[in-house]
Amino acid sequence: MTMSPVITPLAFSRRLKNRIVQGLVWLAFAIAVVPLVSVLWLVVKNGYARFDAEFLTHSMRNIGARDAGGGAYHAVLGTLEQVGLATLISVPIGLLTAVYLVEYGQGRRLSRSISFFVDVMTGIPSVVAGLFVLAFWVLVLGFGYSGFAGALALSILMMPTVVRSAEEMLRLVPNDLREASYALGVPKWKTITRIVLPTALTGIVTGVMLAIARVAGETAPLLLTVFITDSINTDPFTGPQMGLPLYVFDQAQRPNVTAVDRAWAGALTLILIVMLLNLVARLITWWRSPAKGR
Amino acid sequence: MAKQIEVSDLDAYYGSHKAIEGITMTIEPRSVTAFIGPSGCGKSTFLRTLNRMHEVIPGARVEGKILLEDQDLYGSDIDPVSVRRTVGMVFQRPNPFPTMSIFDNVAAGLRLNGRVTKSETQGIVESSLKDANLWNEVKDRLNKPGAGLSGGQQQRLCIARAIAVNPSVLLMDEPCSALDPISTLAIEDLISKLKNDYTIVIVTHNMQQAARVSDRTAFFNLAGQGQPGKLVEMDDTSKIFTNPTQKATEDYITGRFG
Repeated sequence: MTMSPVITPLAFSRRLKNRIVQGLVWLAFAIAVVPLVSVLWLVVKNGYARFDAEFLTHSMRNIGARDAGGGAYHAVLGTLEQVGLATLISVPIGLLTAVYLVEYGQGRRLSRSISFFVDVMTGIPSVVAGLFVLAFWVLVLGFGYSGFAGALALSILMMPTVVRSAEEMLRLVPNDLREASYALGVPKWKTITRIVLPTALTGIVTGVMLAIARVAGETAPLLLTVFITDSINTDPFTGPQMGLPLYVFDQAQRPNVTAVDRAWAGALTLILIVMLLNLVARLITWWRSPAKGR
Repeated sequence: MAKQIEVSDLDAYYGSHKAIEGITMTIEPRSVTAFIGPSGCGKSTFLRTLNRMHEVIPGARVEGKILLEDQDLYGSDIDPVSVRRTVGMVFQRPNPFPTMSIFDNVAAGLRLNGRVTKSETQGIVESSLKDANLWNEVKDRLNKPGAGLSGGQQQRLCIARAIAVNPSVLLMDEPCSALDPISTLAIEDLISKLKNDYTIVIVTHNMQQAARVSDRTAFFNLAGQGQPGKLVEMDDTSKIFTNPTQKATEDYITGRFG
């Protein structure tokens, strides 16, 4: 015979265990947050000194090795152009790949192999992407250093991220909606462009933003493809350009305080640009989402 | 508008699995035909063959013939997309498009299918919502999201969406199974009203519902697990529910099995 259960007060040992585990969870959280906050704090504190109008509107042209002043206008411009071009290349390709994987390729051999290679691409170190573009585009085809070469390298890094996130979002769209659309006599391509993609838009935009944030700070592939310059080069297709990560890298290794200050300010600018882009993307998805009218 | 459907010797497969076998029946225009039978007997599968939605599932295929007023739906020169424009469908779970407002949901079929002017759309949306008995409840909030409506309203919205493209036949796959009795009643009233203009086919697990709304009833059954579903008998609803020819039908209706 088993005894019927008795209602007892909460045992001390269980209370203790609860406290300990709770403490551990809090500790883990704190440890995870410490580097995050300290990085932000450090960048803001050190970057604040040179983060001014001159910094944002001037290049480093004719700034001597020990001079104060100068700025990162050429680097901001370069980063925007390179990341913009990389987005223009990788988002359409990545999105169409995801559409193929989800809507057309189900279980086919081609889609399985695409899936496999996308996974492999996710693991490519950024410097390898840079080396590939350097070897293929810059040296073999002889196009020389340019912002566009950098954009090519960045798009190689962006593409797998875009494919994966878009694929996940498209899979989340309930099949009911596709069937509802088919049942209205809407062709498949229109179902995809007018029903499936708008439904998944918010998630896709978030994924693209994460991909952009990931590549905006890449230094190694740019070093090999964009090279470095102190002057403004508005044309991303010819001649070396600058980028903010390159700027930080370049300034930080110069042996005087004014340059290091500029490096910090450059890092701060980069973080602000990524945050701003994120904000814009949020606004776009908020504006597009029907929930706001509720 | 309403059209007759003639099915002869229809088989449907999922891959190598035969889901329904040898179905032959005639569905009369301007009437409600109910499909009843135990779960897994192929009612929904058969319903989906009537507007070529069955083949949307990978590996699914159909053998046999379905004539919609002399036109073979499975003819080699027939565009399945145009079949679905003619034979509309309402699903078990209400599925309004979440990114669209109430108005846009009803207008979706029109807009996605081609050229309609703004004023035409306006008129069709209004008349469809009125036909679906939903107009009075939503006329003041047409640009609110369709997903914000209650379940029963959403289902009527889906019916409005389906009839907005002016189909000849309306297929309903257990349209009330997710709804409360009041919403169910609203939909049933709507079905009785719609049958003046459309050929309506409804799959239902609710025997009373079949008896209430339908003119003809078809009973489906399957011989055993893994066997294909078959049409046992089809007759006037009053006859099926009072004096069926087959023993299996009587057993099912009286609740002795299934």
